[in-house]
Amino acid sequence: MQFGLSESQEILKDSARKFFAGECPMEEVRRLMETDTAFDEGLWAKLAGQGYTGIIFPEEYGGVGLGKVELILLMEEAGRALLPGPFFSTVALAGSVIDAVSSDEHKKKFLAPVCAGDARSTLAVLEASASWDLADVKLTAANGKLSGDKLFVTDAAVANFIVVVARNGVFVVEAKAAGMRITPMSGMDLTRKLYAVHFENTPAEKIDETAALSKAFDIATTALVAEMVGGMQRTLDTTVEYAKMRKQFGKPIGMFQAVQHHCADMYLETESSRSSAYYAAWALEENAPDAGTAVSIAKMYASDAARTVGNRGIQVHGGMGFTWENDVHLYHRRAKASETAFGDATFHRERIARLVIDTGMVSAKHA
Amino acid sequence: MDLNLTAEEKQFRDELRSWLEANVPKDWSEWREKPIEESFTYLRAWQRKLYEGGWAAVSWPKEYGGRGASLMQQSIFWEEMARVEAPPMANSLGLGLIGPTIIAYGTDAQKKRYIPKILSAEEIWCQGFSEPNAGSDLASLQTEARLDGDDYVVNGQKVWTSYGWVGDWCELVVRTDANVPKHKGLTVLLIDMKSPGVEVRPLRQMTGESEFGEIFFRDVRVSKENVLGSVNDGWNVAVSTLMYERGSYGARLHLIFRRNIGRLIELAHTLQRNGRAAAQDPLIRQKLAQCYAEIEIMRLNQMRAFSRITATGVPGPEGSIQKIFWSELNQRVQQVAQELMGPYGQLQAGDPLALDKGIWAYGYLRTRGNTIEAGTSEVQRNIIGHFVLGLPRSY
Repeated sequence: MQFGLSESQEILKDSARKFFAGECPMEEVRRLMETDTAFDEGLWAKLAGQGYTGIIFPEEYGGVGLGKVELILLMEEAGRALLPGPFFSTVALAGSVIDAVSSDEHKKKFLAPVCAGDARSTLAVLEASASWDLADVKLTAANGKLSGDKLFVTDAAVANFIVVVARNGVFVVEAKAAGMRITPMSGMDLTRKLYAVHFENTPAEKIDETAALSKAFDIATTALVAEMVGGMQRTLDTTVEYAKMRKQFGKPIGMFQAVQHHCADMYLETESSRSSAYYAAWALEENAPDAGTAVSIAKMYASDAARTVGNRGIQVHGGMGFTWENDVHLYHRRAKASETAFGDATFHRERIARLVIDTGMVSAKHA
Repeated sequence: MDLNLTAEEKQFRDELRSWLEANVPKDWSEWREKPIEESFTYLRAWQRKLYEGGWAAVSWPKEYGGRGASLMQQSIFWEEMARVEAPPMANSLGLGLIGPTIIAYGTDAQKKRYIPKILSAEEIWCQGFSEPNAGSDLASLQTEARLDGDDYVVNGQKVWTSYGWVGDWCELVVRTDANVPKHKGLTVLLIDMKSPGVEVRPLRQMTGESEFGEIFFRDVRVSKENVLGSVNDGWNVAVSTLMYERGSYGARLHLIFRRNIGRLIELAHTLQRNGRAAAQDPLIRQKLAQCYAEIEIMRLNQMRAFSRITATGVPGPEGSIQKIFWSELNQRVQQVAQELMGPYGQLQAGDPLALDKGIWAYGYLRTRGNTIEAGTSEVQRNIIGHFVLGLPRSY
């Protein structure tokens, strides 16, 4: 039993960190967040060049064929860099859904261009109810056409195709399809843009029933948690650095226990989120019987932790933390968006309750 | 990363499993709720049995009667012990903390003299660390040992001594030099609790029981051969014991926590709230799920720490995360238990209407001590701030 990273996993994580530091420093993040889409063609080509857009997809579609653990290590580093644009939407959302549910033919058509870096995509789930429970999806395809609205769709404006969850299946809608209208929603996270997508008799290609979605959602959720862990780590690092440098009363503020204890709690929350994310990824990879519970535990914990780590980070930075110029708020904005994506802590506690309290799984699990 | 058991780990587990099946006492449930004073002989006999089977201290090196078990095998050991609801061992401080410290710092003669009897529970050990004026600031302790011929003469007072009432021997930290900075004048002595001048008084705690004691030393003579490690190097020896304390405890606690949450979930199905089972109440469900999740994260943190220690060879200050995590979580779990049980939660042992013989009323009170014993939450956060994050020392 070994709950550490293997040598090749360490190498992947390390090289991802260096790649993002070099190709997407904070100046670039700030430049992109001021654009309409937060998307940059050049950066996308470089991500694809690294094999990142195909990291978990089978080699026969041009992917790299690595596992869920490798995916989350990459997402963690992307989160640390606050990578703007549709990487998460394309790979962790749309890509993992297509990979999980669709046929060989559809994978060739939709997954191969993602691996090659030729296509971006996203996933449309939420509607006016803003419910992550798939039973609340109302949009229904009729005669191969969709009519209705999806909300909170990330990166829709730069997607070459959108994977749409409807009541009667999972569909793909190509960009510029007839009757589709994409309008920006002004979300708090400036680096990942949100859109409302309206369909009016829009042609849609069915790729599967919705039954297989839950595994894909679990992969996406775990990837999101890993990204949150990266954000927490960066917030912790910059906060500790600031506490060592900033002086008041003739001493670094990090010498005061009230400040130190904020930092210690940020560390505890970050490490605990990381443990739960890594375990969830491993459990998904191994199809462990408690994989679903593990994913919900991770998202539950990290949803609260990412927010409180941000709160503490801003507090320790004092007045500086409240300025636009300081980067901590950019992470704090992302954390709030991620907190509700794929269900907040309350949503996942209820899922844990269904999996554990209603089934009496507690004692059986480790036997 | 691979969380499956290796072939070696499986073999270890299977061997232990079959040994436990043949040897674990079947009547522990009749003893569990009794005061430890009554069950102590029983626990001693159980440890003796484990010792004879070679299972009393799996983590210790083979040459000292252990199995040289890896940290992962140690977690397997505690998992299996919990699976069969095995009783705890009588000499838990000797096995968990003091034995390993003697193995690390003791002379050959000391190891030969003390180690076998720690393993067999023939001699029970306690720890003389805290004093009335030296708690978090342990290094400021005042119990003094003055050299007189070949003996040290010890005078002073210790407090919060677990197993003081039954201890045969004590790992005692004393001041041997008052003229140097406080950390540099300490020495660890191994002291026979039956020595003239040693007096143990029970210390009644807020739960009403006397788990801890106070020890008074009046002109107690200890041979200088009983110094553990070097004279005036006692701080390093004591810190080594504290690292074992913070590191290993979590693995065992997780199992107790899991049993608690399992029981609370069971109770939630039978207790009523607003005309339906409490397990159907949305708020109770939220709270139980939160506890369940955090108990699982405690296990994952522990496993990650173990892997890190296995890879780097050193137990680090990350044990402080575990200490904060389990102690604060335990308090939250006990509060949820109280909310679940409502007015019944307060009923103590002996009341005929008390649920589970009053263990939840006891647990609620007892867990207040968790964030204080073995290093307060405040001290643990200082340790993380300074030793993990590199912030300047605050004290």
